[in-house]
Amino acid sequence: MSLLVTAAVVAMVVFVGIHAWPTFEHNGLRWLGPGGNLETQIANMQAAGPQPPASAYHLDAWPLVYGTILTTVFAVAFALVISILSSIFIIELAPASLRRVAVPVIRLLASVPSVVYGLIGILVLVPFVGNHLITSSEKASVQNTVELTGAGLLVTVVILTVMITPIMIALICEALVAVPTSWREGAIALGLNPLRAVLAVTVKAIRPAIVAALVLATARALGEAIMISMVSGSRSFAPRPSDGLVFLFEPLRTLASAIVDYHEGLSAPALGSTLYAWAFVLLFSAFMLSVAGYLIKLPLRRYQVRG
Amino acid sequence: MSVFTRQPTPATLPPGAPKKSGRGRRSSPLTWRWGDRLALAAAWIAGLGLCLIAAAIVLYMGYRGIQYLRPGLLFSRPAPGLSQNQTGGFLDPILGTALLTLIGIVLSVPLGIGAALWIAEYGRPTWLARIVESSIEIVAGTPDIVIALFGLAIFQLSLFAPFSFRASGGGVFGRSYIAAGSMMSLIALPPLFTATRDGLLAVPAHMREASYALGKTRIATIRRVLLPSVRSNIATGVTLGVSRIIGDTAIVVLLLGDTLRIEPQGSVAGIGVLRGTGSSLTSYVYDNSPAGESAAPQKAYAAAFVLMVLVLVLNLIVERIGRSRGDAEVPTVAGAIA
Repeated sequence: MSLLVTAAVVAMVVFVGIHAWPTFEHNGLRWLGPGGNLETQIANMQAAGPQPPASAYHLDAWPLVYGTILTTVFAVAFALVISILSSIFIIELAPASLRRVAVPVIRLLASVPSVVYGLIGILVLVPFVGNHLITSSEKASVQNTVELTGAGLLVTVVILTVMITPIMIALICEALVAVPTSWREGAIALGLNPLRAVLAVTVKAIRPAIVAALVLATARALGEAIMISMVSGSRSFAPRPSDGLVFLFEPLRTLASAIVDYHEGLSAPALGSTLYAWAFVLLFSAFMLSVAGYLIKLPLRRYQVRG
Repeated sequence: MSVFTRQPTPATLPPGAPKKSGRGRRSSPLTWRWGDRLALAAAWIAGLGLCLIAAAIVLYMGYRGIQYLRPGLLFSRPAPGLSQNQTGGFLDPILGTALLTLIGIVLSVPLGIGAALWIAEYGRPTWLARIVESSIEIVAGTPDIVIALFGLAIFQLSLFAPFSFRASGGGVFGRSYIAAGSMMSLIALPPLFTATRDGLLAVPAHMREASYALGKTRIATIRRVLLPSVRSNIATGVTLGVSRIIGDTAIVVLLLGDTLRIEPQGSVAGIGVLRGTGSSLTSYVYDNSPAGESAAPQKAYAAAFVLMVLVLVLNLIVERIGRSRGDAEVPTVAGAIA
């Protein structure tokens, strides 16, 4: 049984790798870089037919890579701060009656399907942002390159943050509970106020759990496909920080959401191989994430608290 | 700054100590430094804010659901039509979700429990155990969209052709309830494995020793002593797995062929459905949202409401199981994710 699981993982890497190979073969690793127009390249792939020439494989997927990095980094950074603060709130500050409500509520937040988040995003938040937050002068300022509808970076990051925060809270809370109370009491006895004591002693003691939560949340954010495909505006456009505030409203696309957007083109060999190449990048980065998490946790292990 | 310009501080007070707090008095936030007060306020805001967001989502979906959900929608099949009155309800997606859950759980329960038993009770050689554990970790960290593409690659092999429907030209599409369901079992596997393994590791050693002392073999110990004592852990794991399967969209969109109605393949009744294509509640919501093909927000809201009710019920079940074990105080959400 256990071997079956391992076999499935190996098969997954092998199959995705095999299907992705043509893209790597024709482009090397350069396809991760900038240049070219992604949407015309993909149109070429679709038009190339069942025996695509080598030129059809040409790809510059930088907007997708950039969009993935942008959404993930922003969402994880916000979620890290919010989840540490609210974990402290739940475990240390909240009165017992409030805690009894907060824990199941956050568990519920963790299990809301991503398509429901996407639905709320596309039917509530996107129109709100499009109608009330974006001024017409802002729309006019970039009208030559891209149309602002409200779907874009801001909404994507907000929803992604709400989606991954509960996951981090779950892990952090579990570790917070396991820290012995006497440590914190010792710090208070030394003259720290209770909040400082929590921040200085307890939070430091649970660093391995925070790293684990970071890894898990980043993996979730990287791989989120359906929600982002619904609320990000789905244009292969790289938001430009040089546009000032408008940057927040510009549409984008991530690797995972692009797979959903183009999945109907899978039967065209060139595009199919491209989609598998994106999936391979996701798989590889998820793998590297857990390796990185393990390596970071090694020196922190000494302080680890076991519940 | 030189030492001489500094103001002499009273020797009785250490520098930085709050001035007025007397001995033995509890420190009140009002005497704290501004930074600390801000941090305290931020913690309250973050915690309460999240609760408010969750409440807003549930209330909003409830409001929309009650507004748009009609009993007729639940029991009529989706149909092609020009106006919203003709396109029917979502009986097929509900059945599709049920079918996918069934296939996924039936496949993942033996896998998950078997792997957990082996890890917790045997686990030799150690390197193999470590590989198995980390491969389950990898499965947990893999995005569902990648798992979906993997499933597509596998089921397009001619070896698996009997499991999915074929195009008229004989090409294998690799899309069917079996394909989607078996990939769903990968999604449900990690929570199931983790819950069972943690339960087994928590069984005290003296229970095993008592069983051996009574002359039971290892297998008999597992069957008669260990499995019954981790029954509630397995139930938690299964429930978490079910809620994962119900909530997953990417696998359905890619592997179930995006037909709203259940379309059986071949003439044999039961197997035909399994080989055929269809939809689930999640893909129905996706298709009916403005991002999908048939934009009908009312129906998307109604279906999403049904989805939320299912998720709420599953959450309540997990809670109930946890409470009957007596660990309601500690938030054990982690099993849901890791």
